[in-house]
Amino acid sequence: MISVPADPGSAQAGSVALEISGLRKSFRAVRALDGVTMDLRYGRVTALLGDNGAGKSTLVKCISGVYVPDAGTVRVNGVERAVSSPEAARTLGIETVHQTLAVIDPLDVVENLFLNREHTRGGRLGALVGVLDKKRMRQESDEILSRLDIRIPSLRRPLDALSGGQRQAVAIGRAVAWGQQIVLLDEPAAALGVEQAARVLELIRGLRDSGVAVLLITHNMDRVTAVCDRAIVLRQGRKIADVDVGEVTKDDLVAYITGARTDGLDE
Amino acid sequence: MNRDLRAAVLLPSGARTRIDGWRQHAELRHYVVYAAAVLVFLLFAVFLHDDGFLTSSNLINIGRQSAPIAVMAVGMSFALASSEIDLSVGSVAALSSLVAAEVVGSHGFVAGTVAALVVGAGIGLVNGFITVKVRIPSFLVTLGMLGIVSGVARNMNNLQSLPIRNDAFREIFGSGSVGPVSSLLIWTAVVGLLGHFALHQLRWGRHVLSVGSDRSAAKALGINTDRVRISALVVSAAAASFAGVLLASRLAIGRHDLGENLLLTVIAAVVIGGTNLFGGRASVAGAVAGSVVMAMLNNGLILMGLRVSDQLIARGVIIILAVSLSMREQKES
Repeated sequence: MISVPADPGSAQAGSVALEISGLRKSFRAVRALDGVTMDLRYGRVTALLGDNGAGKSTLVKCISGVYVPDAGTVRVNGVERAVSSPEAARTLGIETVHQTLAVIDPLDVVENLFLNREHTRGGRLGALVGVLDKKRMRQESDEILSRLDIRIPSLRRPLDALSGGQRQAVAIGRAVAWGQQIVLLDEPAAALGVEQAARVLELIRGLRDSGVAVLLITHNMDRVTAVCDRAIVLRQGRKIADVDVGEVTKDDLVAYITGARTDGLDE
Repeated sequence: MNRDLRAAVLLPSGARTRIDGWRQHAELRHYVVYAAAVLVFLLFAVFLHDDGFLTSSNLINIGRQSAPIAVMAVGMSFALASSEIDLSVGSVAALSSLVAAEVVGSHGFVAGTVAALVVGAGIGLVNGFITVKVRIPSFLVTLGMLGIVSGVARNMNNLQSLPIRNDAFREIFGSGSVGPVSSLLIWTAVVGLLGHFALHQLRWGRHVLSVGSDRSAAKALGINTDRVRISALVVSAAAASFAGVLLASRLAIGRHDLGENLLLTVIAAVVIGGTNLFGGRASVAGAVAGSVVMAMLNNGLILMGLRVSDQLIARGVIIILAVSLSMREQKES
């Protein structure tokens, strides 16, 4: 069974982990996000849906510190935070798997799992210089991967010698392994086969069960109904629906996404 | 072991062949430079035997000539690995030789060496800062810097060479030896080992490769890409200035053109050593081996009795050939 080192503290499942309000982000003349307000809750999986260009990835990048929003606030555990860099997001317990996989081809599996959170050896001097503790990282990688039931032929293999599914598994494994409170997944199963996609859903359920707040971007309605509790639909940078997945059909969701229905906000 | 077995069973056959293919290419890429070194050596040993290629004095000479190339190549490996390039290394070496000569004469050899290295690192810092903050490609920034530094070096002593009379400085770097081993080679080994360690055992080395492989991914993972790129250019320039110190020490002079024409040789040495010209892959050991190959080629061309002008042509042709061969090898992998 999957267990992850998530420790959302004393937070109750269902309590608010992340709250964003009035988020705006423009790129030159394009308004990618036009005042989005939403929240993510511990122990819940929220789907973020929308057509291409609706602003989903931009929203994720604003929460994960890749973009700095033009306006709006981000609250983590009720406290307003400036997520000004990916590093800041990580410190707040927010982990992300981006749509364009953030893996480094020439580095091996261990190095990718530990990139920018490397263990060092040699005491204080070693930490200052950054002398890698490869043995410890290899052991911990073994633990992480077997705990997540991710199978990689060799941890010493560079990522570009792995298949698309394995690369994705490494990227997801990193976010899942370190995701302490909030995990954002941007199309995590897009390049995967049936069996591997099912495993990703399994990982997401495991995260949810251990109390992590999960945001899942996907175009696949089956995945939404399979693992998500809630669905938020963006259209042209605005939130046009925020519904319980149990109370709508896949057709309803598609109708929100295409703009055929606009009644998704009256709760 | 168990995991490997299980994976071997579970992996689709396509993935297995891909991995096997990668293995073969990795081996080729890593060993092609050593094969080239042996091949060039054997060729010259046969065809230039009568011109004295195999004499011990000539072989020692090749070793001494490869030292400054190798030191610069180690530094250049990091610039290339981070997907930058440093075209100012030759001029930095030249200026450093003058700075060393000047300060060694007035303040002793420690101060002289430190001064040269500080000047080199400072130039690298400026290169890096402009590249990153003003967002100008490093090949343009360092090309401009090449001109500036060459000009400064020419002004420094009015195109005259500056003699170095400090015996300690000459002994320690250029003309001394430990047992039968020239101090030049020892310093080269020290720089090579440091570079190898930094690339493989330090967080910094892994971050340099990450930034060179995929800058936006590295950024998304929280790596300070600006700092990594600047530091790679600082290391490149600092290594170049140490090469300038070695040259000054060996020849007992500082001069505005010492090492100035080594730029292309250094880049060729690094690339045939297996470092990707466009970042993400580097081999310090390969760069050192590539430097020996380039030094042998330079030496062979002279022994063949080619005129300086013909040497230039031959070297240009060889470099383009060597680099295009190793680039093809890299693209395939």
